[in-house]
Amino acid sequence: MPLDLLNHAADGAADARDDATSLLVTLSVAGQRCGIPVLAVRDVLGEQVITRIPLAPPEVAGSLNLRGRIVTAIDLRRRLHLPPAPPGTPRMSVVTEQGGELYALLVDEVAEVMNLTADTFEPTPPTLPAEWAAHSAGVYRLPAGLVVVLDVARLLAIGAER
Amino acid sequence: MDDLLADFLTETTESLAELDLALVRLERAPDDAATLGLIFRHVHTIKGTCGFLGLPRLERVAHAGENVLARLRDGTLVATADVVSSVLTAADRIKEIVAGLSASGAEPQGDDAPLIAALAAIAEGGAAVPAAVPAETATIEPVAAEPIPAEPARTESPAAEPHGGPQTIRVAVEVLDDLMTLASELVLTRNQLLQLARRQEDDALAVPLQRLSQITSDLQEGVMKTRMQPIGGAWNKLPRLVRDLARDLDKKIELVMVGAETELDRQVLELIKDPLTHMVRNAADHALESPTERRARGKPETGRIALSAYHVGGHVIIEVADDGAGLPVEKIRAKALARGLATEAELAAMNDAQILRFVFRPGFSTAAAITAVSGRGVGLDVVKTNVERIGGSIDLASTAGRGTTFTIKIPLTLAIAAALIVQAGGERFAIPQLAVVELVRASTSTSTSTSTSAGPEGSEARIERIDATPVLRLRERLLPLASLRRLLQLGDAADDAAPQTVVIVQVGAATLGIIVDAVFDTEEIVVKPVAPILRHVTMFSGNTILGDGSVIMILDPNGIARATGLGGGEQRASGVAAAAAPAVSSAERTTLLLFRAGGPEPKAAPLGLVARIEHIARERIELSSGAPVTQYRGRLMPLVPMAGAIDPARESHPVLVFSDIDAALGRDRCMGLVVDEIVDVAEETLRVELGGGRPGVLGTAIVAGRATDVIDTAYWLQIAYGDWFRSAAGRRAGAARRPSVLMVEDSDFFRQLLVPALAAAGYDVTAAAGAEPALRLRDEGAMFDAIVSDIEMPDMDGLAFVRRVRAEGAWARLPVIALSGRTHPDDIAAGRDAGFTDYVEKFHRDALLASLRQCLGQDVAAAA
Repeated sequence: MPLDLLNHAADGAADARDDATSLLVTLSVAGQRCGIPVLAVRDVLGEQVITRIPLAPPEVAGSLNLRGRIVTAIDLRRRLHLPPAPPGTPRMSVVTEQGGELYALLVDEVAEVMNLTADTFEPTPPTLPAEWAAHSAGVYRLPAGLVVVLDVARLLAIGAER
Repeated sequence: MDDLLADFLTETTESLAELDLALVRLERAPDDAATLGLIFRHVHTIKGTCGFLGLPRLERVAHAGENVLARLRDGTLVATADVVSSVLTAADRIKEIVAGLSASGAEPQGDDAPLIAALAAIAEGGAAVPAAVPAETATIEPVAAEPIPAEPARTESPAAEPHGGPQTIRVAVEVLDDLMTLASELVLTRNQLLQLARRQEDDALAVPLQRLSQITSDLQEGVMKTRMQPIGGAWNKLPRLVRDLARDLDKKIELVMVGAETELDRQVLELIKDPLTHMVRNAADHALESPTERRARGKPETGRIALSAYHVGGHVIIEVADDGAGLPVEKIRAKALARGLATEAELAAMNDAQILRFVFRPGFSTAAAITAVSGRGVGLDVVKTNVERIGGSIDLASTAGRGTTFTIKIPLTLAIAAALIVQAGGERFAIPQLAVVELVRASTSTSTSTSTSAGPEGSEARIERIDATPVLRLRERLLPLASLRRLLQLGDAADDAAPQTVVIVQVGAATLGIIVDAVFDTEEIVVKPVAPILRHVTMFSGNTILGDGSVIMILDPNGIARATGLGGGEQRASGVAAAAAPAVSSAERTTLLLFRAGGPEPKAAPLGLVARIEHIARERIELSSGAPVTQYRGRLMPLVPMAGAIDPARESHPVLVFSDIDAALGRDRCMGLVVDEIVDVAEETLRVELGGGRPGVLGTAIVAGRATDVIDTAYWLQIAYGDWFRSAAGRRAGAARRPSVLMVEDSDFFRQLLVPALAAAGYDVTAAAGAEPALRLRDEGAMFDAIVSDIEMPDMDGLAFVRRVRAEGAWARLPVIALSGRTHPDDIAAGRDAGFTDYVEKFHRDALLASLRQCLGQDVAAAA
């Protein structure tokens, strides 16, 4: 279902940008609504079998097999220093590509694709906790709540900041 | 960049590579019309296309080159080395411009006027040139006058062209990689289908499924084949390289290439290219002698470098051989010693092949001196590292005066490899089959009292522990062990006492056992690189997807060896006799065995003095005249409990065994120091604060950040055998004189340690607490057979001391052995310059004894 939405939304991506709007795949992690630009998203997956990787950075949940390609799974909760998900909760992943490698961001839930206009966009509030501020590209004010735009490149720069 | 330009660039790059080869070939056979025709066509094509694409700079250079080539083709100019050089220069310029083009999409700026003028001069100077330029190398026949066959090369039909292979099409590498991925995915899907079908027992499905299975395998194999390339691709730059080197170095070199059609995976090819180039350059630069030297040695003037490649099993063997001077074994030996890579005693025990392998050590890579003198050795460690990185190995053979052959063995492909699937801590991992030597089921030896009894136990493998560190006793060898669970931090093994499965892997020259929980199967795996954020985990070389669709990590035996401290590049030649001696390489540091006895505070003893560590079961401790003993290796060994008494409640006691075995002297005994617990082995710069006056303790030192008592081994040995040190003297009282040694050492600690050790070995030892007191002894007329001196001493150091000794007096010709914690090559060189006969690392008792024996020119036993 989310895939259909994606395909549909991607068709409209080009003209949407002209109107100073952006298409975001929205998702939630530990109750916070976030968004990832739709063009950065390759796939949305349901619960997957993930192989643990010993000695990997704590944010790396493991790796999974996506149609013959190996995808490194990043636990977004751990990446953002949020409490771990209750055991047994199914998690979804948003697959993105960086430098020819695929990464799956493990999130609690993937919601709809939203078309957001520039007039509701705000830069990241400076008071956000460091781990949020470091990975946020800005915030959309929506009547239903705030959507934090995640900076995928910086989310994946694990190890670079240490 | 438009498609047209992109196509042009790919095509030009390839024809330039061919051009290089053809030009070098032309130089050797200047009247080879076919080669000349080929060269002309390449340049002509480049020129023509440039005009079409609007690349004026490129066109002008190509045009100037073509003019020269046209004269050659017409037979009015002969391809001398100079002419070929100028055309090569033009080709190089074209390469530069093409490189600029592909980087920026436009021709780079630059002035080609001088080059074009030079080419024009040659083209116009025409007939005069051949007469004026003498033949540069022997391979060029001085056939200036011989006319080229009248038939112009242009008219030769393409069919006559010798390089026309089977039809090919150009495919982007990414497309092949994608195909490979898809084929792998198909294999996985097929496997799942097969599993499903097995449960269904539906005959209608079986036949088409069988067919699908077969086709899938064929497809995978076919896709794999598309990635294979002839190794010649990695060689095609070499003729040009060798030619240029020969010209620069005034040498005559013939490059022979055999087996250029041998195929291997594109990826391997890329990785092997640089190491090969390096080795050929080395051979041309350093190994081959100048023509004069060669003539003097009765060899043909033209040196020969032979490259050959062939398949053996799943490997490609590449040999780089030269008929040069060969590697100077003696110089390498000296260099190894000077660099502190081995002691003289160790070197003495090595054969030439083992010594030659020192050239692969990092210490030799920057050794400008040795290359200047005669040998090669620039960056061979890098070559070795690169070869090993792709799962290959490298070895060399050299005969003085006859040349050197390097042999590289590399896997055919990195894409598919056989791997052993193992389990540890609930996770599965793949170990490359290439590295696996054998699988061993090993029992642990902790509490079973019979297993530690004396005498061989047959071929059963056994795990023993030096406290927490397990080692494997396998067929009279001791192998370091690493627990995969611990290495990967997957928790400790649940049941240490149960028999364990050990995978023995070979890493370079070292062998290592990896303890795993379970071993499954061997599987052909498709190796994929790990994500960049995991690259720092050196324990893994890649990851893969198994037949059941799950992702697993591939273990890197090199990384594991490094993590366990074995050191990936470290050579541990199995044939070295002195293998039991502690490592020498670490300057200024002493390896200490840390243990606890009679208290919580750690104690330490130099590991070099401890012969073995045993766990002795309670039942095996007996009493003899009230003193505890145990039967050890067929005789009684006195046990000295360091804590004062042996705790009867404990089932087994760790025991440090000190032994003094010298068949020649008839000495053969052991003493066991019973301790509470073995803690660790630490490497420390030992600075002992003396004092306390406690019996059995030399003093206190900081080890691993904690104050640690360093035990006085001599004290404990004497408790076991009151006459441990005296007996040798007593027994030999009436015999020949014992060799006398003067020990100059300012540190009480070392004096206390070494004097008994030397005395036990049959020397009469006199100790002096410094250089001044020692010199006073000389002036008083004392005489010794040898002197052992520390280097770092207050007032007058060892170097000054030995200079004084050499300068005058009765000791001037005595052997003087330096004893120092500093084994940096510079230190050793300084020591030798000052006049020391030999240089031995402190605490290396065996090395000191060996050196003394050598210096005294006799076996001490002979005196007994």
